[in-house]
Amino acid sequence: MKNALGEVQSVLVLGGTSDIALAITRRLVAQRGARVVLAARKPEACDAAATTLRAAGASEVHAIAFDATDFASHEGFVRTTFDRFGDFDLVLVAFGVLGDQARAEHDPAAALEIVQTNFTGTVSVTVPLAVRLRAQGHGTLVLLSSVAGERVRRSNFVYGSSKAGADGYYQGLAASLVSSGVHVLIVRPGFVHTKMTAGMKAAPLSVTPDAVADAVVRGIARGREIVWVPPAMRYVMAVLRHLPVAVFRRLPIS
Amino acid sequence: MGDTDSATRELLSGWGRTSPTLATVHRPDDLEHVVSQVTAPSRRGVIARGLGRSYGDAAQNAGGDVLSCSNLDSVLAIDVDKGTVTVESGVSLDTLLRVLLPLGWFPMVIPGTSYVTVGGAIASDIHGKFRHGSFAEYVDRMRIVTPARGACTLDPNADARAFWATSGGMGLTGVITEATLKLQSVETSRIVCDTERTDNVDDTMARMLDGDHAYRYSVAWIDCLASGGHLGRSVLTRGNHATFDELAGSDRATARAYTPRTLLGSPPWLPNGLINLLTVRAFNEVWFRKSPRSPQRHVEGIKPFFFPLDGVRDWNRVYGSRGFVQYQFVVPFGAERVVRTALERFSAARVPTFLAVLKRFEHDSRSVIGFPMSGWTLALDMPTSPALAPLLDGLDELVVEAGGRVYLTKDSRLRPELLAAMYPRLDDWRATRATLDPEGLLRSDMDRRLDLSGAGPRRR
Repeated sequence: MKNALGEVQSVLVLGGTSDIALAITRRLVAQRGARVVLAARKPEACDAAATTLRAAGASEVHAIAFDATDFASHEGFVRTTFDRFGDFDLVLVAFGVLGDQARAEHDPAAALEIVQTNFTGTVSVTVPLAVRLRAQGHGTLVLLSSVAGERVRRSNFVYGSSKAGADGYYQGLAASLVSSGVHVLIVRPGFVHTKMTAGMKAAPLSVTPDAVADAVVRGIARGREIVWVPPAMRYVMAVLRHLPVAVFRRLPIS
Repeated sequence: MGDTDSATRELLSGWGRTSPTLATVHRPDDLEHVVSQVTAPSRRGVIARGLGRSYGDAAQNAGGDVLSCSNLDSVLAIDVDKGTVTVESGVSLDTLLRVLLPLGWFPMVIPGTSYVTVGGAIASDIHGKFRHGSFAEYVDRMRIVTPARGACTLDPNADARAFWATSGGMGLTGVITEATLKLQSVETSRIVCDTERTDNVDDTMARMLDGDHAYRYSVAWIDCLASGGHLGRSVLTRGNHATFDELAGSDRATARAYTPRTLLGSPPWLPNGLINLLTVRAFNEVWFRKSPRSPQRHVEGIKPFFFPLDGVRDWNRVYGSRGFVQYQFVVPFGAERVVRTALERFSAARVPTFLAVLKRFEHDSRSVIGFPMSGWTLALDMPTSPALAPLLDGLDELVVEAGGRVYLTKDSRLRPELLAAMYPRLDDWRATRATLDPEGLLRSDMDRRLDLSGAGPRRR
C-alpha cells in the first residue's frame, strides 16, 4: 500500500529496459524496499536493471515477458501478473520506440511499428490495467508521455503523434478514475539523455533520467495529475502551442 | 442477504485524510447482518469501522468490504449497583458520557476525543490522561463475531488468548458487537484542574515524576518549536474529578450535567498550507503565554479538560487536501533522551507541529500487541510532507533501540520491518489470530501495508 508520505511497496514496470523507468524505480526502492516486477519483450535484458535495483534496496525483483504489440495477450498478461504478485501500488507504463522518422514517411510498416507500440499498445494494456486497479481500490498509474505530443513537429511527427494519442487517452482515463481510489499521473519530459536518444543532438532544456525520476517521485507523493520535466517546460509548451503555424514551422526545434 | 441493497462504494481514509481507498461500505443494523458479512465477505475481505478516528489506514479496506458499525448504537443495560454498562460496539464515548454522567458514573479511561466508538476503543486499546490502565483493562466481557467461531462472548480470564488478541488487535480478529465496561463513580461532571508552565522538557518531566501521584489525570502540552534552553517548554495540566463541595454555588444545580455543544464546523474545503511555521509559531506563542506563569487551580468541564478539539467539528480539515500525519511513540522510563532527541529533531527540522502531548504510562497493557507500556509517550501532528519520511524513520530507529514502540492507531507510514522489534509478542498474536480467522477473511489496508497478520504480500 502507498503510505501517507507517498512511499510505495510494490511496482510493476511495463518497459523494464527503459532508462527513465529504471531511474524512477531506483528512487522508489531507495525510499522503501519495494518489490518490483519488470516486464519487457526480452526479460533477460532486464538483468542489469534487476541487479541495480536489488543493490538500491528492492526487496524482490522479477523479470517477466511482455510484448507491447501482441494486443491479444494483454488481458491475460494483466490477470496473471496481478494474480501471481498481488496488489501493485504503482504501475509505470514506460515502453515505447522512437522509430526512424525518415523511413516512416514512406514505409507504412515503419510508421505502424511506432504507432502500434506507443499508442495502440498503450491503450490495449491500459484497459485491463484500469479494470484491475479499480477492483483493487487503490493504486497509481503513471504514463511516460512526452512534450513531443503537446504540439507535434515536423522533425518527429510519427513519434509525436503516437505520444499525443496516448497522452490524450490517459487524460480521459484520469477523469474516469476520479473517486475510484486509483490515481493517474502523466509525465511529460522534454529531451531526456537516454539510450533511446543516444547520438542525437540534445534539444534545449534537456534533462537526465534522474531529474525525471525526482520529479515523478515528488509528483506521486503529492498526488499530482501532470508533471512536466523540467517544470519550466509547462510554460514553454504553453507558448509553443499557441504560436501561429507559420511561425512555429520556422523554429529551429521544428 | 441482509442490507446488500444499501451498501455504498465510498472512498475511506483515516482522520489524517491520507491514502484514501475505495471500499464497499455496509451498515449492519443487527448481529445477523454482521455475521453474514464476516463469514462471507468479498474476495478482498472485510474490516469493521467505527467513527474513523484512527489516523491512518486501520479502518479501511481497498477494493473490499467495510462494516460501518455506527448503527449498532444502543445502550443495552446499566447496572448502577455494580457500576457497569453494557453497550453495542457502535456507541460513542460521547453518548456514553451523556447517558452515564447524570447517573454519577464515568468510564475509567477517556482519550482525547469523545468521538470514538466502544468497539474502536477496544480494538485500539486506547489510553488517555489516566496513567494506570488502558481501555481494555476495564472491559468486563465483550461479544465478537469471528469467521471461525461466529458470534461468541469473550471473557478476559476464561478466554484470555482471544480476548487479549482482540483488544489492541486493530479489528483483525473479528468484529466486536457488544461490550460491558467497568465504570468509576463520580460526584460531578467537572474536573478540578491545576495548570502550570514549565521551562523546558527536563523541568516538565521532573514535575510530572514529582507531582503526578496527587492527580488522577496528567498531561503536558509541549511547544515543539521552542529550542535551546527552552526545548520542550510546556503547559502542565493535571486534575481530579471535582466533588460536589468543590463546585461553585452557581454550578451545583447542574453538578452532573453534560451537554457539550459543538461551536463550529470546519468548512469542507480549506487551502493547503494553512498550518505552516508562521501560524504554528503564532498559535504556540499565544497558547503558552495565555497559560498562568505560576500554578493555578480552577474547575473545568469534562469537555474542555478532556476534549479540547471536539469543539470544532472536522478540525482535521484545517490541514487541507494533503492531510496530516500523527506520530506517537512510547519509550520506557530511563529512555528520556529519546523524548529529548525527538523534540530536538522536530525543532531543528522546523516541522510545523502544534502542541505535542507528553504523558506517562504506569502500567503495561495486557493486550498482546497493545501499545501502552510503562514509560513516556509523546504524540504530535504534522502536515504531510515527503521530508518527514527520513525524520520519522530515524526516530523509529531510536524508539526501537530504547525498547519502545509506535502506536499503530496513529500510524500511517511505519516501516513493516520494524514491527516485530516494536511488538515482541507479534508472533503470539498472529498464532491466536489464525485460530480466529484461519482463512484471513479480516483484512485492512493497514494489514496490507504492515503485514500485521503475517500472511505476506501475495494475498489480496
